[in-house]
Amino acid sequence: MIYEGKQKIWKDYQKEIPDDHWYFVRSCIRQNFFPASERMFTEITRNVLGKDVYETPYHTTCGGIAYHCDTLPQETAMTIVARQFALMTEAGYENYAASCITSFGNYAEVLETWHEFPELEARIREQLWKATRREFKKPKYLAHTSDLIYHWRNQIAEKAKFRLVDKDTGEPLRIAEHIGCHYAKMFPSKGVGGAEYPYVLTGMVESWGGQIIDYPERRHCCGYGFRQYHVKANRGYCVSNTHKKFESMEPYGIQAIVTNCPGCPYFMDRWQYFIAEQTGKTYGKDGFGIPVLTYEELAGLVLGYDPWDLGLQLHQVAVEPLLDRIGIPYDPKAKYLGVNKEDLLRPSLPQTLKCF
Amino acid sequence: MKENVVIIGGGIAGMEAARQLLLLGYTPIIVEKKDHLGGHVARWHKLFPDMAPAGDLVRRLSEAISEANIFLETRITSINRLSNGYVVMLSNGVSIPCRAVLGASGFRLFDASKKEEYGYGVYNHVITNSDLEAWFNGAEDPRIVADPKAVGFVHCVGSRDLKAGNSQCSKVCCMTAVKQAIELKERFPDARIYCFYMDLRLFGKKYEDFYINAQQEYGIQFIRGRVSEVGETAEERLQVKAEDTLSGKPLKVQLDLLVLMSGMVCNPEVAEFARTIRLDVDSDGFLKSLDNVGGINRSNQPGFFYAGACTGTKTVPETLAEARAAALDIHRYLLGK
Repeated sequence: MIYEGKQKIWKDYQKEIPDDHWYFVRSCIRQNFFPASERMFTEITRNVLGKDVYETPYHTTCGGIAYHCDTLPQETAMTIVARQFALMTEAGYENYAASCITSFGNYAEVLETWHEFPELEARIREQLWKATRREFKKPKYLAHTSDLIYHWRNQIAEKAKFRLVDKDTGEPLRIAEHIGCHYAKMFPSKGVGGAEYPYVLTGMVESWGGQIIDYPERRHCCGYGFRQYHVKANRGYCVSNTHKKFESMEPYGIQAIVTNCPGCPYFMDRWQYFIAEQTGKTYGKDGFGIPVLTYEELAGLVLGYDPWDLGLQLHQVAVEPLLDRIGIPYDPKAKYLGVNKEDLLRPSLPQTLKCF
Repeated sequence: MKENVVIIGGGIAGMEAARQLLLLGYTPIIVEKKDHLGGHVARWHKLFPDMAPAGDLVRRLSEAISEANIFLETRITSINRLSNGYVVMLSNGVSIPCRAVLGASGFRLFDASKKEEYGYGVYNHVITNSDLEAWFNGAEDPRIVADPKAVGFVHCVGSRDLKAGNSQCSKVCCMTAVKQAIELKERFPDARIYCFYMDLRLFGKKYEDFYINAQQEYGIQFIRGRVSEVGETAEERLQVKAEDTLSGKPLKVQLDLLVLMSGMVCNPEVAEFARTIRLDVDSDGFLKSLDNVGGINRSNQPGFFYAGACTGTKTVPETLAEARAAALDIHRYLLGK
């Protein structure tokens, strides 16, 4: 691996990211999968970094998940997107940040389509007006929320209480990054670092003290691929892709995985249980799995938030070995207490994958 | 006093044209930006189909033009049109009035790092066809391991690739890949060698024989399908994913060396001086011949001629033939016929 070669490519794929005043839209599924991630995004950006990040409860799905499942025509998805932009316009913002990778890809695709086919944009404007009496301006800047955390990564590093370093050896943690397919594979120029060697998560990890490890199947889909998982008969194909990735990263001693997609962390986390029960194989040390974190969870950890306030108890793979390695304190007894200290009950433990 | 003819470019087109112009009684003046003559061929090892050393060709041409005026490491700073010719200003301060100029500025090799998925400049064992020729010629290259077990060639890197901005076929890469695969197999008889191609365009004399021989005698495997991505394993081998479109299956192989057949693209510097004297540039970025059948050596400007790959992708024999034709065209023009 020639690191300078990657740096050269990274220089070619830097996007302009305004420093403040963002209109924020949530993902349909992230709050169910990793409930504290989006909460941490607003917490970090507003309360730690002091940024203006606005959201409205009136926004809806972008339609991307149905569009990519082939159950929604693109024009319908475009009209939904147009309504989202109308809400941003009404709120007085021009920078649009999507928490979901597929939404980000969907917005990028819609804007690009309108750029190529202005008559289609005019038709969508008309449809939106007829349906809702709303009008909109297109965002001046479109970003995924991982772009923003990347943009502010060094400010986060300055405020960090922990670094992504093994407390015993002083070595940087060996971290694999996994980028959602819809982040840059559709439009390489829209992603920080491009499609082949994305820098958005690498930049965060490097800034916070860790080391990114490349592996042969790094670019491979996590396996979710909507029509793979959502069509029940295809779920074997879904897990086989995840399995392929873990087999590929096995020789590298990966200590954590960071992702920027709603589906990827879920499937890479949960399928480790399934693979372990099916094959008896685990990919972490001593029978544990490899923790898979969202970038907001990782940011929250280095900033010193309580791991259980970050929702890490809802991961399938135990995060305690990672916390111990970094030296992040946690109360094992509080793991399954909710924010109001209500007992969340304990999940059954897997037979093969070691968990607490 | 013999009449000057300025030749822009000291590759084999410029050299062969200079040789012919000397024989016809002119004073060719070669302007070459590099410190040596021979262009891309000077870096090449052997030429198909006879596997003759490329160095011999460059040497023969060099000897034949010893009486020509040659400016190495010199650039054209401007070309001005006069009523009956041109004044060519050089970076060394020399200005040359002449009635005829020959454009022989050749091509650029496609920058393989632009095809990011192949990992040129990122992975340790990815090289280009040009790098391999230099290695055949004795240059050190740490990217080429001592005893490779498996080697891949990727055809059409930057050629016939609209995404890369190049629709043209580079003509020579298919045959070059076959030639280089055979040469590598001769050096590493135990290595498995794969050629990933989308079409094989083996049109020249003996090319097909080479291709058949590569399969029958050398066991080189030709896989019809494009490489989709390259990664690196923990052992620093390359993991290559491709599709075998004949069997309809994706495939994955581990290789010790991947050779990218970088195609020919237009020389972007040419567009600069083309603008100053209103030379037409074609849609592919190459200089535009007056017509592509009977006037390939001629430009849209009187007294300005072309030879070789400045007007499009060419083989070595085509380039040499064009250079001879251009010299005769210039001679006829200067005679007023």
